[in-house]
Amino acid sequence: MKALLEETKNQVFPSLLLEQAQVRGNKPAFRLKEFGIWQTWTWAEIAQEVRLLACGLASLGYQRGMNLAIIGNNHPRLYGAMLAAQSLGGVPVPLYQDAPVVDIAYALQNADIQFALAEDQEQVDKLLDIRRDNELVGTIIYEDPKGLQDYRDAGLHAYDHLLQLGCDYDQAHPGFFEDQIAACQPDDISIMLYTSGTTGRPKGVCLSHRAMVSAGAGGVGFDNLTDKENVLSYLPMAWAGDHFFSYAQALVGGFTVNCPESPDTVMLDLREIAPTYYFAPPRIFEGMLTTVMIRMEDASWIKRKMFHYFMAVAKRAGIDILDGKPAPLLDRIQYAIGRIVVFGPLKDVLGLSRIRVAYTAGAAIGPDLFRFYRSIGVNLKQFYGATETCAYVCMQPDGEVRSNSVGVPAPGVEVKISERGEVIVRSVSMLREYYKNSEATAEVLDEDGYFHTGDAGVFDADGHLQIIDRVADLGRTRSGDLFAPNYIENKLKFFSYIKEAVTFGDGLDHIYAFVNIDMEAVGNWAERRGLPYSGYTDLAGKPQVYELIAECLAQANQDLSRETTMAGAQIKRFLILHKELDPDDGELTRTRKVRRRFIAEKYKVLLDALIQGKDAQYVETQVVFEDGREGMVAATLQLADVKTFPVLKEAA
Amino acid sequence: MSGSSKLDTDEVILDMRNISLSFGGVKSLIDVSFDLKKHEVRAIIGPNGAGKSSMINVINGIYRPQKGEIIYHGKSRKSMHPYYAASTGIARTFQNIALFRGMSVLDNIMTGRNLKMSSSMLMQALYWGPVQKNEAKHRRKAEEIIDFLEIQHIRKTPVNRLAYGLQKRVELGRALAAEPEILLLDEPMAGMNVEEKQDMCRFILDVNDQLGTTIVLIEHDMSIVMELSDRVLVLDHGSKIADGGPVEVRNDPQVIKAYLGSN
Repeated sequence: MKALLEETKNQVFPSLLLEQAQVRGNKPAFRLKEFGIWQTWTWAEIAQEVRLLACGLASLGYQRGMNLAIIGNNHPRLYGAMLAAQSLGGVPVPLYQDAPVVDIAYALQNADIQFALAEDQEQVDKLLDIRRDNELVGTIIYEDPKGLQDYRDAGLHAYDHLLQLGCDYDQAHPGFFEDQIAACQPDDISIMLYTSGTTGRPKGVCLSHRAMVSAGAGGVGFDNLTDKENVLSYLPMAWAGDHFFSYAQALVGGFTVNCPESPDTVMLDLREIAPTYYFAPPRIFEGMLTTVMIRMEDASWIKRKMFHYFMAVAKRAGIDILDGKPAPLLDRIQYAIGRIVVFGPLKDVLGLSRIRVAYTAGAAIGPDLFRFYRSIGVNLKQFYGATETCAYVCMQPDGEVRSNSVGVPAPGVEVKISERGEVIVRSVSMLREYYKNSEATAEVLDEDGYFHTGDAGVFDADGHLQIIDRVADLGRTRSGDLFAPNYIENKLKFFSYIKEAVTFGDGLDHIYAFVNIDMEAVGNWAERRGLPYSGYTDLAGKPQVYELIAECLAQANQDLSRETTMAGAQIKRFLILHKELDPDDGELTRTRKVRRRFIAEKYKVLLDALIQGKDAQYVETQVVFEDGREGMVAATLQLADVKTFPVLKEAA
Repeated sequence: MSGSSKLDTDEVILDMRNISLSFGGVKSLIDVSFDLKKHEVRAIIGPNGAGKSSMINVINGIYRPQKGEIIYHGKSRKSMHPYYAASTGIARTFQNIALFRGMSVLDNIMTGRNLKMSSSMLMQALYWGPVQKNEAKHRRKAEEIIDFLEIQHIRKTPVNRLAYGLQKRVELGRALAAEPEILLLDEPMAGMNVEEKQDMCRFILDVNDQLGTTIVLIEHDMSIVMELSDRVLVLDHGSKIADGGPVEVRNDPQVIKAYLGSN
């Protein structure tokens, strides 16, 4: 793995592309499902397309140092556009395709975008809207011409037209493309990724080629990944995780990157591709498990019996077998049968049948959930990273995998815990700066070159990092007990009936919780009990559902009572919100993290009612619909108590 | 949204003259005349039993009118024949969903290609020779429709497992598979919720706009009619009571009377 780091030390992404095209030109680099068939771009083909694209961009006036906005669902040509911009010494700026127009406008303005590549009419419309108000995005290239034939706006070019321009330009300027790539330096900025903006305005994180390439090489080496890997690229291209897995690692390692047909078909495409290397945030693994469980409950009794029997075997021995540890022979035999009749078919249905390595990150994963996948033979591991560190800080080595830690420092990364208990990191793969925001840069990067993650963490006895909470979120109740909201919320979210939870307790007498039920799981639960409901709000207000959730919270309290540091922070009262928390209403970030302070302010009436011990509270809430219209939702919510437990003395 | 300015030609592609249709003593259509211009969206509205569906059935030849004349493709005829209508480019959807319920979305749409397939049933059954190449070609066309209607995620799902709104969309897809010149839509939005209606409106406009298909639409929801159509024909008890632009028709006293039952 040292060798790979050494080899790629002075590489930039375009030079990696040319190398891959030379070494494995006929091997598939990208696939995209279109018109029901997987279309393939080999490394040679994508290199040629990038060449034409770069030349086309140059012919339209794109120059070194400019930014190129890229907006759309994962698409080989959009990844190609990143490479094309980089070839010309420009910086690609992928943007969240489902972000509201104001957010996109902010990023375009902040990054002073003149050139943009948009996937389709929807994105072009957004860009044209923004252009009407200011002098941005003079040139827009669109990939899918559907619905755009009659657009007569200036500076609007079809992707195929751009390739044609590129072809002409390339012939007129032989050697231009190679010269441009040769002029790229490893310390140039390779990509700008906007942070989700958990706190305040999004910031553009500038990462150099060297940072991103070495992170990619480190990751590829860490898990011995090869050019035989197939990945499914389905998470937003604007997110650091996707850039790390589907771009940096793929270009270093020569993977095949598969792009789904549409956001609705991801799970079907996953099954068709059966990736060997897969990344998903915990909520996707959770969603898969929920679907499996629901379908199992509807299955015939013999299938159900078999499933539960072999899942018990898996629970007993599966993880040891996966880790290559000793296990009783009888268990091994039963597990082998289970693999044929249950685990194999199950993994096939989920699209996980060929997985060698799967990662999850971005949020805490429930221990049961984590164990489920590992026990059926999916090598699911955790890593830890941030956009500012190329998503590359800690990873779990094979055989040292556990649910409550995020692994050891990755190759080439130095991780320390500061005096405040904050995790601080130093490596080559650090951000250069926040774009045009030296103040914010100075806040996170200290003189010694350490990046301050803002996460509170500890190293356990084996040198594995455990993340507890955000440093800024840690609080204390009025009686002085430590209150780690994310820690508690995660515990709650591990219950399949609870989709989101928000807890409050800093400076208060007790801990209070807002809960969002999981519509699928609770809905199914209600159906099996013959409990009729008309929709989310109705279901959330049912007394039976309150009892169900109160039981979950009580169980979480019991768990907490066993932990010395957290025992004082048990949940006293709760309510089930009448609407689902939504990024469009500003309650969640685009990466679906709760914005606690915002929620506390927005639902102040509810929180006050909980604190005052009321039994019910009327509330009106403004909501934004998907098409941008606004409306009001009103409801009277029930407030309920939770059972708390006395603090258990340790070793009692 | 409304593409009312797009009528670049006034070319009449279908002219229905003095159509009368009765079943025994029941007079379904009484001396109704109207024309259809290339590339327009033509709505037919009216209270229940006004003869709207009958008119569509006359256009594609399911019903033979007792009186009247149909001028289509420059030729005058007394009535249409369903096979002739379908093979010359008139496709339709039904008021009640009429899909092959056990078959997948893709297969349902492929059935819409049937008239475009040149090989015989025997050849198709043997799946031999040019049939394979042909099938790939037709599959491609079906896939383009799936892409157009954004139903990739249910391509292989049996139709009877789909929500009502999606079934309606599949039915539209099957009609489109015939690459029609004229598309007859019999209450495409009946029984849909607001969101499904909005989706369907968008697809109808897209079909009209991007595929250039002429559309005849039966619809009850006046707001949708106002938004979608270029011209509106109003029937009441089998007779034409108004014909013209949507605004004009909405303000017509006779139409108001027929709809609201008062002055």
